[in-house]
Amino acid sequence: MIPAPFTYKRAWSVDEALDLAARDGDDAKFLAGGHSLLPLMKLRLAVPEVLIDIGRLRDLSYVRDDGSQILVGALTSHDDLARSSLLAGQLPLLAHAASQVGDPQVRHRGTIGGSLVHADPAADLPAVVLALDATLVARGPSGSREIPAGSFFNGLFETALQPGELLEEIRIPKPQAAGWSFQKFTKRAIDWAIVGVAVQGGSVALVNMGQTPVRAGAVEQALASGAGPRDAAAHAAEGTSPPDDINADRRYREHLARVLVGRALEESAART
Amino acid sequence: MKVTVTVNGSQVEAEVADRTLLVHFLRDVANLTATNVGCDTTSCGACTVLLDGKSVKSCTVLAAQADGREVTTVEGLTDGSGEMHPVQRAFRAEHALQCGFCTPGMVMASVSLLDENPSPTEEEVRSALEGNLCRCTGYHNIVRAVLAAAPGASERRPS
Repeated sequence: MIPAPFTYKRAWSVDEALDLAARDGDDAKFLAGGHSLLPLMKLRLAVPEVLIDIGRLRDLSYVRDDGSQILVGALTSHDDLARSSLLAGQLPLLAHAASQVGDPQVRHRGTIGGSLVHADPAADLPAVVLALDATLVARGPSGSREIPAGSFFNGLFETALQPGELLEEIRIPKPQAAGWSFQKFTKRAIDWAIVGVAVQGGSVALVNMGQTPVRAGAVEQALASGAGPRDAAAHAAEGTSPPDDINADRRYREHLARVLVGRALEESAART
Repeated sequence: MKVTVTVNGSQVEAEVADRTLLVHFLRDVANLTATNVGCDTTSCGACTVLLDGKSVKSCTVLAAQADGREVTTVEGLTDGSGEMHPVQRAFRAEHALQCGFCTPGMVMASVSLLDENPSPTEEEVRSALEGNLCRCTGYHNIVRAVLAAAPGASERRPS
């Protein structure tokens, strides 16, 4: 099984990547680690005419402390996130969630930026950056702009990125509340989450409970008004529209969301 | 496009289609057929090789992405003297294979694991091999072999 024919181009700088993208327009896609895009291309669900390989832009692979926030380069691999001592100290939610993505081989190649722009609602890291109130920095022909994670995911595999724009950096404010948890339920080890939940303090975001990662607003409100983990978790499915698919039907996902949010809030509370 | 990959220490250079996958480059261009294509969907791990020392599934890497880099396949674990790699020896000693289809990928994933964590616990071995499926379900012996091959094993486990 091989992808449909395409033209491969390699960029050695962000500027070169943007120039190549401007030249090829809608026919081109950026290739980072390729662990979302290449499987789709092999299935002919994505058929770009041009791939612009940005995988060698090593200067987009970093985790830095910027005082009030942590800066993560878009091409940082899941494995590097999982092994980052800075993240282990400052953002253990992100380090731990990254260690739960796929399997070791996938984590060696896959990148946080690739996962976010792919915007699969069943992916782990989109919900994590949502729970962390991250800001995503996109660069395009006319410069950089900041997009709050809450406005980044527009729909199934759709983001706020414009054609020709590249996700460059993820900026994450250092959390005020220490408690965190990441839970996901899968039938087999490397499956996508049937449902997942990321908790940081009073922020709760859900994996695979709609067309995009979603904040569990009703849970957050209940927590803010003093509800305990179990009572707050009872609201986990409110306002969500989980898919019915081969893995689970809607009602089962709603049940899972309540159970997993309950576990996550209890674990988070135990960590404060 | 022209792709040059250092495979098991030797440069392999070829003109290939842009869409060529690394696993096909290894099998059809470099003529190294130990690396198997199993599921072809990044799930089973039969095609696992090392890219710059780290395990990857070569069915989900373009040959172009490996251009200028180093790849190690299971053929490259030995120096040709007939002496097996410690992980291979442990797989034989512990009967860690049945049909053998998953074995090259299992061995390479294990080599990568032991490079990153020379004395893993059993739990860590099981989770590090989550991306490699054995269709004979021979997991217990595989895990035993990896534990036996761990460089830190003698300090940690009675023989």
